[in-house]
Amino acid sequence: MKKTISSISAVITLATLFAMPLEVGAKEMSGKDLAFDRKLGNCLACHMIVGGSQPGNMGPPLIAMKARFPDIATLRAQIHDATVANPNTMMPPFGAHGILSADQVDKVTAYIHSL
Amino acid sequence: MKKLIITMATAALFSSTSALAQQSAAVQADIDAFQGYFLKTFPNLSLQDFSKGPYAMSDDKMMQFEAIMEMPPFEDLLEKGGDLWNKPFANGHTFSSCWKVSDAEIRTLYPRWNAAKGKVETLEQGLIDCLVSNGEKKWGTGKGKHAWVASHLTTLAEGQVINVVVPEGDAAALAAYNDGKRFYWAKRGQLNLSCANCHVGGAGKRVRGNTLSPALGQSTHFPVWRGKWAKSKGDGFGTMQRRYGGCNKQVRAKPFKRHKSQYDNLEFYHTAMSNGMEISGTEYRE
Ligand code: HEC
Ligand code: HEC
Repeated sequence: MKKTISSISAVITLATLFAMPLEVGAKEMSGKDLAFDRKLGNCLACHMIVGGSQPGNMGPPLIAMKARFPDIATLRAQIHDATVANPNTMMPPFGAHGILSADQVDKVTAYIHSL
Repeated sequence: MKKLIITMATAALFSSTSALAQQSAAVQADIDAFQGYFLKTFPNLSLQDFSKGPYAMSDDKMMQFEAIMEMPPFEDLLEKGGDLWNKPFANGHTFSSCWKVSDAEIRTLYPRWNAAKGKVETLEQGLIDCLVSNGEKKWGTGKGKHAWVASHLTTLAEGQVINVVVPEGDAAALAAYNDGKRFYWAKRGQLNLSCANCHVGGAGKRVRGNTLSPALGQSTHFPVWRGKWAKSKGDGFGTMQRRYGGCNKQVRAKPFKRHKSQYDNLEFYHTAMSNGMEISGTEYRE
């Protein structure tokens, strides 16, 4: 009996150890996840986004985006490489410098456009 | 009579090597423009106010800062720095013997242009050189004993004025200064940010929860004691060049080795921009 208990707890420990990475791996990051993640988009470092905590204020708040970017391609271009519009911008060139993959830039663009 | 005056003037010129050397006009113009920008952008702050960095930008933060400075968390290590400074080397000499000026003035000499060696010398390099010339082992740089002793000198120098001189007419000195200036304004790293992006254009703004300090006045209180360093490494003290490395890493650029030309020249430029500001002694930063 004692042995069963210990092997059950071993299984549980293993399961908890693996559950997290498996879940994250299985569930793809959404545009919002990417935008909020500190290592990937980290847009909150500089922009207020509704629902994000402790935003910075180096860039303008990301609100009413459809009004400001009727053409989503312009928005994508800003996120891919902000230095094209403003060479001295503080905004990192997320696509051009490979901070985000092309697919991730697409997802972030769609999410930001929805704000 | 005229001849005598000229001779005297020439004599004065020759005797006044580094300490009295005249500031390069180009450098002085940079300093005026740099300080003018900050004074215009933050009309409520005086030149000396900028020494308090992010705390000068917010009354709340200033109150927190002042509360912490009532009982500074760095007193013990600063005292150790003083003890190390006064402790004789194996040969019986102390650190003081490496300088001709009083202990309180040493910090104000740096960073300086050494024309004979053709390079910039920092206070921290001066400490290492002093160890070596007295037959002692070198210390690790950037933190620990190295930073504590440098902080001791910063504390002694409190109230004196930063005065970095790029001697007029010295092309090599001006080249070192310009190298540091280029470094300061160049975008780098995967995040493509220059020092100036964050500490000139971004001064006073927030990156997430951190308020960015203005470049002006960053040199007044270094080595600094940072809560963040104390938490992660147990020793909150860090020299200016330790901080440069941290700010390079933040933008995912490879940091340079401390006390080589890149950071030495950067420190030459960066410190000169705060000329005329008072050294404020050792201070706390988040
Ligand atoms: C380090 C600072 C910084 C980060 C991080 C940053 N931005 Fe920006 N962003 C700026 C600044 C500054 C501007 C202002 C315009 C300019 O200088 O390019 C800006 C402008 C923008 C604009 C244009 C807004 C307008 O109305 O013109 C969009 C859209 C934008 N950012 C989206 C993003 C997204 C999405 C992310 C994250 C994937 C992000 N930014 C991350 C600093 C940043
Ligand atoms: C992404 C933005 C960013 C960039 C780029 C950056 N820094 Fe910083 N720096 C910070 C932040 C955030 C802090 C901590 C808050 C503060 O004191 O400004 C800081 C702190 C400092 C400090 C300490 C100020 C003090 O009083 O303790 C110095 C000095 C400094 N930076 C110099 C530099 C230099 C030189 C460069 C370029 C090599 C640079 N920084 C690039 C964000 C940046």
